[in-house]
Amino acid sequence: MNLLTIAWKSIRQRTLASFLTALSIGLGVMLMVLVLVIFGAVNSAFTQRSVGYDLIVGPKGSDLQLVLSAVYRIQPPIENLPYMYLEQLKKDRRIISAVPLAFGDVTEAGSFPIVGTTTEYFENEYMPGQRFKIRGERISALFDGIIGAEVARQNGWDVGSTFSIVHGGAESGDVHDEKFTVVAVLAPTGTANDRTVFLNLEGFYAIAGHEKPVDEIEKRLKDFYAADPERLADAMQQLEGYKQTEKAAGDAHDHTHASPDAMKEVTAILVRTRPETPFDAISLSAELQKGFQAMAVNPVRPIQRLVTGLLGNIQKALVVLTGIIILVSGVGIFVSIYNSMSDRRREIAIMRALGAGRMHVFGIVLAESTLLCVGGGVVGWLVGHGLAIGASPWVIRQTGLLINPWALNSWEAILFPVLVGLAALVGFLPAMTAYRTNVADALSS
Amino acid sequence: MSLLLERIRKSYREPGGRKLPVLGIERFEMAQGEQVALLGSSGGGKTTLLNIISGILTPDSGRVIVDGRDIAAMQEVVRDRFRATKIGIVFQTFNLLPAFSALENVLLGMSFSGKGVDKAFAKQLLERVGLGHRLNHSPQKLSVGEQQRVAVARSLANKPVLLLADEPTANVDPANQQLILDLIRDTCRDHNVSLLMVTHSMEVASAYQRVEKLQEFNRPELCLQEQTV
Ligand SMILES: Nc1ncnc2c1ncn2[C@@H]1O[C@H](COP(=O)(O)OP(=O)(O)OP(=O)(O)O)[C@@H](O)[C@H]1O
Ligand SMILES: [Mg+2]
Repeated sequence: MNLLTIAWKSIRQRTLASFLTALSIGLGVMLMVLVLVIFGAVNSAFTQRSVGYDLIVGPKGSDLQLVLSAVYRIQPPIENLPYMYLEQLKKDRRIISAVPLAFGDVTEAGSFPIVGTTTEYFENEYMPGQRFKIRGERISALFDGIIGAEVARQNGWDVGSTFSIVHGGAESGDVHDEKFTVVAVLAPTGTANDRTVFLNLEGFYAIAGHEKPVDEIEKRLKDFYAADPERLADAMQQLEGYKQTEKAAGDAHDHTHASPDAMKEVTAILVRTRPETPFDAISLSAELQKGFQAMAVNPVRPIQRLVTGLLGNIQKALVVLTGIIILVSGVGIFVSIYNSMSDRRREIAIMRALGAGRMHVFGIVLAESTLLCVGGGVVGWLVGHGLAIGASPWVIRQTGLLINPWALNSWEAILFPVLVGLAALVGFLPAMTAYRTNVADALSS
Repeated sequence: MSLLLERIRKSYREPGGRKLPVLGIERFEMAQGEQVALLGSSGGGKTTLLNIISGILTPDSGRVIVDGRDIAAMQEVVRDRFRATKIGIVFQTFNLLPAFSALENVLLGMSFSGKGVDKAFAKQLLERVGLGHRLNHSPQKLSVGEQQRVAVARSLANKPVLLLADEPTANVDPANQQLILDLIRDTCRDHNVSLLMVTHSMEVASAYQRVEKLQEFNRPELCLQEQTV
């Protein structure tokens, strides 16, 4: 029998105390694993690898709001940009793709965000190396829609379902008259796309009330292109033509007629630059910053700022807290073993009489604390990751966070060495008691 | 020769600090395979002597030669290992470990010898003491007599050259006493192990060819004499 087996027997002798102390260590480790897995998921959701675009272009305002609204779709939009501006960006040599997004409305059922876009959105990767898997047909009619996996699941929709949308956010209660039809469902992506309903941009414009009055558009264009008289003149010309046709149509209230580009607006533009020249994104962003009433922001940096600044500290605090739980559990193991030492004086003396050396009995006690600390730790670690595995589908559904239950954190790499160190620390004093046992005395007592 | 004691002196310190002389033995020897009954009154130093022979205690002076080597002069680690391999002990109070089964108690006896455990031999020993059907019983589930038989098997686990028995039947019911005494003597004879049987019972001692009375060769006062020299 080796020392571990002998130590195990002694642990079994005090089943309840051993179980409870190992359990407390396990709980601490489990909590630590869960904290790490959850924060790992949050962190990876907001890394560069989580968005397939290099820049988000939107009206000047809060960069955080632009990202939260255009990428994560959990904030209302800032304002709109002229559609003409999209055309302008597309001509830039540095840009390989510029995808317009128009949003602000939600579905009547479930309040999922509505995004008007073009087919290019689905042709691009939504995450580096990840393409949309679409089940259904392409958008052909004006009021066709494509829905994310989570929308389909929660609302019980499938290809062929029809739905209504609410203007400008759920609380307005202002339901549009138009009925939309689901023509395709996206496979789950673990991103905000799962919670989004996509419409064709043209369909989005065609919704009654989405087109602003000509006067307002005129004013906005004048503001936007104040420094670019050439484009402004072009826009004004388009608007003049539009006013003529409007007059001709009279009171017919026919909104399905084609509007000139100058009348259209987009909420944000997703931009991809050439991967071989990473500085393009930076120079483009700097240029836009100086120019018109637009800004281009990195799709993750504003959030990363938030995550590392705020969540990073919360994570540290929680990890330290679970560390303290583990430490206190270690003290529990110390008390449990130390208390048992007086009862075990005789047993230790017997082993010594059978030929065990001082180092043997020292090692047996140390092995005991190690089995409790590391054993409890391993169980807690497995349960923690097990819980993460079990909960990950639910978390993905609820939050869109992609949980990787086995993602190992650098904290975890030091966890087991720390547990072994803890075992040595709490086992040392009892082990010394065993080491010092006076055999003749203990045998005669 | 399996045991030779030369000029052993041992005294304890009393709580007050005064010296309490216990052993003063000029010479004591046992041949290989010999069986000796050691008689002594209570408090006469029998247990102290056995502890010195097994190396659990060191004498104040003198040589303790077991199987040709002086235990008293060994470093502690060496002495522990030597005890594991060469000396078997049967205690008055059995001293089985409650967390271990009968078989495991015997295996435990093998665990510190550095030779590895021999499960087949452990089973054989338990069968020899009539407990082949009790291998996996824990000590609490065994009768007192059975417990001492496990202890006898354990003491022989490493095939020692010398077996020390300290009143092994004092706590055993009369019906089992003779059985255990015979068992110890027979197994020692089987394995050519020398036996030093400590007892205070004349009846037990009378069965032995060689009976030694501790009082007759132990002169504790020698401890004091040498101090004054
Ligand atoms: N650790 C000790 N410190 C001081 N005195 C001790 C110690 N151990 C034993 N003694 C004393 O030494 C003497 C011999 O003790 P020992 O246990 O060797 O006697 P024994 O012959 O085995 O007695 P018993 O028949 O009662 O078992 C006794 O007087 C005892 O009180
Ligand atoms: Mg005694």
